[in-house]
Amino acid sequence: MDMQNVEIQLEELKSSIEAINKKTAENKLAMIVFSGDMDKVLASFIIATGAVAMGMDVVMFFTFWGTPVLRDKKNNVGGKDVMGKMFGTMLPKGTSDVKLSKMNMGGMGTRMMKSLMKKKNVASLEEMIALAEELGVRIYVCEMSMDLMGFKRDEFIDYNGLDFAGVATFLQEAQNSKVQLFI
Amino acid sequence: MSDEIQVIKVFDLKGLACPMPVVKVSKGIKEVEVGQVIEAQTTDPGSLSDFPAWAKTSGNEIVKTEQEDKLIKFYIKRLV
Repeated sequence: MDMQNVEIQLEELKSSIEAINKKTAENKLAMIVFSGDMDKVLASFIIATGAVAMGMDVVMFFTFWGTPVLRDKKNNVGGKDVMGKMFGTMLPKGTSDVKLSKMNMGGMGTRMMKSLMKKKNVASLEEMIALAEELGVRIYVCEMSMDLMGFKRDEFIDYNGLDFAGVATFLQEAQNSKVQLFI
Repeated sequence: MSDEIQVIKVFDLKGLACPMPVVKVSKGIKEVEVGQVIEAQTTDPGSLSDFPAWAKTSGNEIVKTEQEDKLIKFYIKRLV
């Protein structure tokens, strides 16, 4: 009888530990990259790669203006409607087109910043993305933004660990992440 | 008594800017065995606070920090 009680208690204990484990946040960073500004996207990747160095699992969710930053300049796709073509032309096509959020001065500021970064040995956005891929930073691109702006999956950069998803995926990741950021 | 630290590997991170020193040292420490000490040389002033923060979070130990002009040397023992 006593033995049976112990067994029951053990089972209860096991299931409550499992429940606690489910609630405990993982050592993970979940980041929304909403901005398509060069400086803010660069900061996002600096934080992402830094977080991996700190031993964290990192997932980035690119939405709205952040979405076109991950397009590949070389990838041209057809089959777009008029609006899609318009957005496709007007929005940046990849990292080389993105501008500073301040002091852009018709592109001059961005060019100056890029040369300054080179001089000061600060990694470029392209290098940071390559590093993030190497470090296993996962990236989700927002399907809704893509649909809205008429982007096709084939337009995006070749990045191991890039996937397409919606808000529920982000929230599922964010829910069990210790750190969440919106940039 | 000798307080000489036996360095197994030296990482030259001079001239690198944030976040590279921390990214490289986190990779580098895995190249040695637990208990061994590496030396990381940086010139990034931010690493003076970043390396201790990284060590604390990753569970490694900075056994000594030296500074000569702009050069900063961290002696880091791999604990995990």
